[in-house]
Amino acid sequence: MNNRNHEGSRHGGPPVVSCENVSFSYLDSGRPALGEISLEVRAGEYVGVVGPNGGGKSTLLRLMNGLLRADSGDVRVAGFDPAAEPFEVRKRVGMLFQNPENGLVAPFVEDDIAFGLENVGVSREEMRERVRKAVRAVGLDGYEQREPHTLSGGEKQRVALAGLLALDPEVLLLDEPTSMLDAAGRRGVLERLEALRGARTVVHVTHHLDELLDADRVLVLGAGRLVADVSPERLVSDPDLLRDNRLVLPTALRLAAELGLGPAKLRTPEDLAEAIVEKSGARAR
Amino acid sequence: MTAGRTLGQFYPVASLLHGLDPRAKILGTAALAVGLFLVDSAAGFLLISAVVVLLVAASRIPPGTFVGFLRPVAFIVALTALFQVFFSREGELLLEWGFVQVHEGGLVRGLFLASRILLLVSTAALLTATTAPVALADGIEDLLSPLKKARFPAHELAMMITIALRFIPTLHEEAQKITRAQAARGADFSEGGPIRRARALLPVLVPLTIGAFRRADELAEAMESRGYRGDEGRTRYRELRFRTRDALVLCAAALVVFAGILL
Ligand SMILES: Nc1ncnc2c1ncn2[C@@H]1O[C@H](COP(=O)(O)OP(=O)(O)O)[C@@H](O)[C@H]1O
Ligand SMILES: [Mg+2]
Repeated sequence: MNNRNHEGSRHGGPPVVSCENVSFSYLDSGRPALGEISLEVRAGEYVGVVGPNGGGKSTLLRLMNGLLRADSGDVRVAGFDPAAEPFEVRKRVGMLFQNPENGLVAPFVEDDIAFGLENVGVSREEMRERVRKAVRAVGLDGYEQREPHTLSGGEKQRVALAGLLALDPEVLLLDEPTSMLDAAGRRGVLERLEALRGARTVVHVTHHLDELLDADRVLVLGAGRLVADVSPERLVSDPDLLRDNRLVLPTALRLAAELGLGPAKLRTPEDLAEAIVEKSGARAR
Repeated sequence: MTAGRTLGQFYPVASLLHGLDPRAKILGTAALAVGLFLVDSAAGFLLISAVVVLLVAASRIPPGTFVGFLRPVAFIVALTALFQVFFSREGELLLEWGFVQVHEGGLVRGLFLASRILLLVSTAALLTATTAPVALADGIEDLLSPLKKARFPAHELAMMITIALRFIPTLHEEAQKITRAQAARGADFSEGGPIRRARALLPVLVPLTIGAFRRADELAEAMESRGYRGDEGRTRYRELRFRTRDALVLCAAALVVFAGILL
């Protein structure tokens, strides 16, 4: 448990996810969805994945989870080949999808959270305990008996997340988990994800760069190729890279750039306000 | 919360019936259903009806709500009953109006048929209203599991039921949303003959079906990614416990059915 939770992730824990020259094409498509991808994600790292629609982000995550099998190259996750031993990988890897509505299986929240535990054969007593903990971890105490269709999108996504956390996964694969949520739902989910940082290895696909400002690295996938593997700071201060991959800077950063405030660490409107005050103060002096 | 509750939905309150083992309830319901088919005396009928009424009372579902459960079948029941009444020429002629004749035999048969269907639907509604969907599916799986040896997909059937119960409200909401959107564009679902109305429904059914296929795809992926691989090595979150009172209730149901048949 503890060796995942060390802040030295940037300096190299053991690789938990690795791809070597991985290529993949869907049957009915001429162009490969992924071509010659090589990458490594180390234990405890938080890695963002961005890129235009159709860039291959979802395909990459599906390969890591054994939902798809690479045409060539090697994929290894938590020590296993996901295509050869999907069950072993899925015990250790949780995947959160874009649309939470279609990922919930059971007619009640607690039964859904238990679904993954049932699949891997956890005993009933332990299941009860783990479901309770997972419910608490996503802040849904009291929702155990609710039916999924009575929940908001953000709540559904948190139920889905609880279902993954109950399995205590080494790796979380997140495929645009906030893209279908309203602002409040998005915030709720991001807060829960934030709390997981460092404790687990996370690969987070998103269109919102502001969700990745604290990531250890960001991978940019364009047209099935790994275009860049950079720190978030580098990415947001590289206008060419951003433009070529149709990435939009978060509002605070865009404003800061327009105002010539430099690539400061700006997270919130408050940070921005402070930076503006500071700069105007400096000029007045 | 009661709005939108329809036939087949779980009605979560605490009652004696809610607390019974789903297997006892499924078997009891099956016994009553068999009884309803076999009983042919008025006394036997009254006995089973009285038991069903008692059970509804014991379920603590408000009578009004329960009657509401039956509304979807009311039309079919009325139609079949009237069919019997008007087209049966048995017994004394009670009424004649043009070429419409009502005979005593037809009237009796119509009444029997209507109450038979209503009682059947009532027992089914009682089962689903007092049993959480997951427990219902687990109960069915357990009861059918001896057939697993003969390759009967008991687990898969139970999973299908669970998923269906999970998605019925979702699809229902989606259908309403699409209907409203189409109505806003001027579609009219209430006028014209049956063919015309069916055709008006097409723009609702097509997107609903396409949506359902997309959902099924995504659900299958999510289930797989959560380690689902059938019932191999699978444990269960809910515990079913067959207690003494379940056995007693089951015996009572059997007795009632026997008595009803003999009467
Ligand atoms: N199920 C599929 N069948 C055929 N082609 C697909 C399928 N899913 C994705 N693709 C294609 O593969 C490419 C990569 O898609 P995807 O991985 O979904 O990209 P992203 O998640 O970055 O938007 C796209 O060109 C897309 O059209
Ligand atoms: Mg995608």
